[in-house]
Amino acid sequence: MPQMNMVQAINDGLRHEMKRDDRVVVLGEDVGKVGGVFRVTQGLFDEFGDDRVIDTPLSEGGIIGTAIGMALYGLVPVPEIQFADFIFPAYDQIVSELAKFRYRSGGEYPAKLVIRTPVGGGIRGGHYHSQSPESQFIHVAGLKVVCPSNPYDAKGLLLSSIRDPDPVMFFEPKRIYRAAKGDVPEGDYTIPIGKAAVVREGQHVTIVVWGAMLYEAIAAADEAKAQGIDCEIIDLRTLWPLDIDTIIESVKKTGRVVVVHEAPKTCGFGGEIVALINEKAFLNLEAPPVRVTGFDTPFPYTLEMEYLPLAHRILPAIVETARY
Amino acid sequence: MAVQTTPPAAPGGSASPTNTSDPDVVRVLRDDGSLDPAFDPHIEPDAVVALYKHLVLVRMLDERLVTLQRQGRIGFHIGSLGEEAAIIGSAAAARDNDWLFPCYREFGAALWRGMTLQSYMNNMFGNSADPAKGRQMPDHYTCRAAKFGSISSPIGTQITQAVGFAWAAKMKKEDLATVVYFGEGATSSSEFHNGMNFAGVFKTPTVFFCRNNGWAISVPVERQTASSSFAIKGVAYGIPGVRCDGNDIFAVYKVTRDAIAHAAAGKGPMIVEAMTYRLSGHSTSDDPKAYRKEGEVEQWKQRDPIARLLKHLQLKKLWDDDKQKALEAHVEGGIKEAVSVAEKTPPPALETMFEDVFADPPWHLQEQRAALLAGPRAKGH
Repeated sequence: MPQMNMVQAINDGLRHEMKRDDRVVVLGEDVGKVGGVFRVTQGLFDEFGDDRVIDTPLSEGGIIGTAIGMALYGLVPVPEIQFADFIFPAYDQIVSELAKFRYRSGGEYPAKLVIRTPVGGGIRGGHYHSQSPESQFIHVAGLKVVCPSNPYDAKGLLLSSIRDPDPVMFFEPKRIYRAAKGDVPEGDYTIPIGKAAVVREGQHVTIVVWGAMLYEAIAAADEAKAQGIDCEIIDLRTLWPLDIDTIIESVKKTGRVVVVHEAPKTCGFGGEIVALINEKAFLNLEAPPVRVTGFDTPFPYTLEMEYLPLAHRILPAIVETARY
Repeated sequence: MAVQTTPPAAPGGSASPTNTSDPDVVRVLRDDGSLDPAFDPHIEPDAVVALYKHLVLVRMLDERLVTLQRQGRIGFHIGSLGEEAAIIGSAAAARDNDWLFPCYREFGAALWRGMTLQSYMNNMFGNSADPAKGRQMPDHYTCRAAKFGSISSPIGTQITQAVGFAWAAKMKKEDLATVVYFGEGATSSSEFHNGMNFAGVFKTPTVFFCRNNGWAISVPVERQTASSSFAIKGVAYGIPGVRCDGNDIFAVYKVTRDAIAHAAAGKGPMIVEAMTYRLSGHSTSDDPKAYRKEGEVEQWKQRDPIARLLKHLQLKKLWDDDKQKALEAHVEGGIKEAVSVAEKTPPPALETMFEDVFADPPWHLQEQRAALLAGPRAKGH
């Protein structure tokens, strides 16, 4: 089985789907000849031509608005927004149009896109190349939200996303684009949307995490292990619809939970996860659920490693929760 | 097909829709009811009569819906009083294979394309037979069978969508054009710029149909643009533009038909500006007396598109008072029946609130649906 990084796995997934289904088109800024600023679409332009791998004008609203029109026609567009930080000119098209089309038209006009976009910090990208806006899309009824943490999941989730009947926000954690490597099968396989992965089983504390912070959670759990604390780690993979069953099953076992995400704390997805745990497993809790997150500040440049919820901040939260 | 395009008008001129005597503006229907042979689109007499009948239907519907709203029987209406020729003339010019992307004033176009009066009325009442399943305000209907898009309230969002649809059809080598409707206010939106720019770059078969009706709620054209027209904005995008007298159904039909032919021939998009006037308020929620003079409205009533078409029919001896009376009685009966049926049709079932958010409702929607069904009912609906 070939070894790939995230960039290669997503590239392989796109190529696979474009070969399988001629309705699949890729469009965005710099996705064609140069193969994307992170090279995720490299080679697709030469293979499929500029009718299916389209360098667009520099306008996120235009990219998503026209992609929605293509979807209404019957294509399956996979637009790329160069950085999630730049998605907001298209926010109206995504939340008012894409997310609402099926509902508002009584099912006559389902509009399906997979919007790929790199998220997250830790790459010295400063305020406008580092944010994690996932909760701003989860809060909008009508969108599915995916965020893989490794090459195998990335390809499998991408294939599922392209074949899913609903619009999908496909967030790619850019910090691990090349750092995360692993075996990726050639050809066809899918990872179901809505299913989390229990990355490590444990008895004492449940850690809920996704994307690049998975590796920080693993590092923290390794250190906790040395202190006799046995962590169960859940990689959500799909943020919405959330795999609540896997979380609740784990919390019923451990009674203790730490949620980790890069996005700011207030109204971050961690708040929703904790609220659901309170609703569904309150009497199983042995300690208050804890969130280890980014801060309620704009994403900083020089101090980004202090902002991110890295292992050194996750470990004390695990210990505190375990000893509560 | 030769296309009349707008020469750059003198800088500093106003984009007011009153300027229909400017030399670039296409006009066909003369004050005496005759047609200018230079631009006559040669619509068959039967078809002209059919257009007239549809204009009357739309006008009578508009008036009835305002009454229903005042009576509290429907919540809202956003009409096309005075803009019927612009809306229906352009819809009639579209071929069966073309798709219309509406703003929210184009119910006349939807009905012309085959949406039934009953379906439209069901949307006005938001009942269980409403094509939008009671999920949207009145006048936010949908009709895929008529190749008529889904309506939303945010301004201009349909513009880029119409471009993308046409672009996809071009990729698949299908012969169709999209006609996208918007008011002159929408030319200030980012989506107008995005749509025009993408359409120009990729030469999509799209007709941008701007209803310049003078007002965006309370804001006049001079506050939307310093340009001398809205059609002239095409110059910056490499898109030819044309202005027409929007209250002259022959002119609207001709320029739209030519623009569609231009687009469908692979020559790229066009922008059409129909110069017309919103005789009513923005919607039933608006009182235009607060911001515009009655005299202005009275002037435009003298240029009523239906009266002008009637004059033509009378000149051609295609119409008389008996036919008018019979038409009005027929339309009145049809509207009455549609209202009666719509009013009696029950509201959507509670559980429909949770359908179509996703193709299949995930666990959280199933939970919320169960909680709603098991809980107390709201009063007053």
